[in-house]
Amino acid sequence: MNLRGFLDSIAPHFEKGGKLQTLYPLYEAIDTALYTPGHVTDGPSHVRDGLDLKRIMITVWLCAFIPGIFGAWNVGYQANLAMAASGIETVDNWRGFFLDLLTSYDPTSAWDNLIHGLAYFIPLYIVVFVSGIFFEILFAAKRGHEVNEGFFVTSILYTLILPADVPLWIAATGIIFGVVIGKEVFGGTGKNFLNPACTARAFVYFAYPAELSGDSVWVAVDGFTRATPLGNAAIGDPYGVEWLDAFLGTIPGSMGETSTLAILIAAAVLLVNRIASWRIMAGVVLGMAGTVLLLNLLGGNSTNPMFSMPLHWHLVIGGFAFGTVFMATDPVSASMTNRGRWIYGALIGFMCALIRVVNPAFPEGMMLAILFGNLFAPLIDYFVVQSNIKRRRARASRTA
Amino acid sequence: MAAGKKALVDPIFDNNPIALQVLGICSALAVTISMSNTLVMCAAVIFVTTLSNVAVSLVRNHVPTNIRIIVQMTIIASLVIVVDQVLQALVYDISKRLSVFVGLIITNCIVLGRAEAFAMQNPPGLSALDGLGNALGYSVILLLVAVFREPIGTGAIMGFELFKTVNNGGWYVPNGMMLLSPSAFFIIGLLIWALREWKPSQAEEPEYEIASNLQYREAY
Repeated sequence: MNLRGFLDSIAPHFEKGGKLQTLYPLYEAIDTALYTPGHVTDGPSHVRDGLDLKRIMITVWLCAFIPGIFGAWNVGYQANLAMAASGIETVDNWRGFFLDLLTSYDPTSAWDNLIHGLAYFIPLYIVVFVSGIFFEILFAAKRGHEVNEGFFVTSILYTLILPADVPLWIAATGIIFGVVIGKEVFGGTGKNFLNPACTARAFVYFAYPAELSGDSVWVAVDGFTRATPLGNAAIGDPYGVEWLDAFLGTIPGSMGETSTLAILIAAAVLLVNRIASWRIMAGVVLGMAGTVLLLNLLGGNSTNPMFSMPLHWHLVIGGFAFGTVFMATDPVSASMTNRGRWIYGALIGFMCALIRVVNPAFPEGMMLAILFGNLFAPLIDYFVVQSNIKRRRARASRTA
Repeated sequence: MAAGKKALVDPIFDNNPIALQVLGICSALAVTISMSNTLVMCAAVIFVTTLSNVAVSLVRNHVPTNIRIIVQMTIIASLVIVVDQVLQALVYDISKRLSVFVGLIITNCIVLGRAEAFAMQNPPGLSALDGLGNALGYSVILLLVAVFREPIGTGAIMGFELFKTVNNGGWYVPNGMMLLSPSAFFIIGLLIWALREWKPSQAEEPEYEIASNLQYREAY
């Protein structure tokens, strides 16, 4: 029996009146992940487009693996460099058990780096995915809606913005908070006004600051401390990396956000496929550029070293690129109107620069800026729609 | 008798000032970081709300309508000053930690709300029970919030160690979020959720229903 036949044959158990009716969302999720959904539009449709939510989400999910795989390599590279520098021979935990079988720890070998990084990426992603999907299915079964492909995106984005050696239970706590409080309590995908991945990251950031920020979390070797460029810049030290390294991504940082190049490639794929909004991305970059240039002008003789950080550095370090391409463009929590997208993007860029430069408590501001933008997105849309109505009414009364 | 019981018991779960009317949130966020602060705060609010209801009820027939709020505020403010002085005399440490929040009982919507909405129309005895009931309803929520916040945030409650924290060589990693005010919002939200599951009549009408999805076979 082929797979389609098998799925069809077990379908009656999950449908209304079947024995496993409560597990219908699980069945549906597996079925539609493997095959095209069986639903068809039952009313007259307004937009005829092959692009459905499933394809949007899966494209974003696949694109996230571009910085993801590079990030895994970089995690291994940073760890191997640190091990070589401090003369550590092997990893002394359960990861080491598998790593010793597969690879050595040579920072010049791409294979060694990739495998070492995957030893962090894969367990983290599995834990995040399983603990998040459990609550998704729980709510879906209870509420009688389907499990949405959106969680694929949430889970990978959340994984990529965590430091590599974050304890797995913290990662799980965060994604559960993000899924339940950030999304499901408002009614599930489509009704969340905040980006769930960002909410999850904000929760772990505030709940467990020692494990999520500071100097010792960014390189996946116990006891090895190395600050991120933003961390250095905030206290006035040299950034500690070359600009080109920051652009290519061979710097310490969260798993998937270090490489601006990899993120740009993913952005190109997303834009060519018309998945993400170019207006939002352009808005964020322009908002950031305008604010940074203004702050550079204002703060020439300020004691705060962040005031004079040039724009080309702002763009390549921290989570700016990742946030701009993957998080700010979340179709649910972003603005929906075209003019609103520009304003929403600019607001995020502006806030990000402001938090980075002016607020000494937070070296990085992208996560908070995006959550801030999410809060204002409905308001921005409201005013854009109202102004459009006003303009057209004025035009109508002029011609009448 | 039945009216008295209703005035006393209703506000605890059926018409809770925090969970249903969403009043008095500010102090609920501020003081619930530790159990001892919360207990003192609850005692202060119980004292102020009960006595202000009695006092307002006693003068209710002699107060011109257009200055009634001023009179109520004067009564409440006097009681709060008394509470503040007593706390400073007896438990100076906790009084320090509660800082402005004792003084801010004056602006607690529950106190003025009960004086205006209940004590102005009812005799002193019944008003006393209503004030006590509402203050107890407030206290129940505050204590529940503190019961979650303090142990999760610090691993201990009122100086008694529940989980041994990592810093003391144990296993528990304290959740720093719980020491920030927003966590009380989440906990109050979850408590309201639980309360409405228990007493579905408190749930608001949904603004709209999620249309159920077509199931696989129905689509054809």
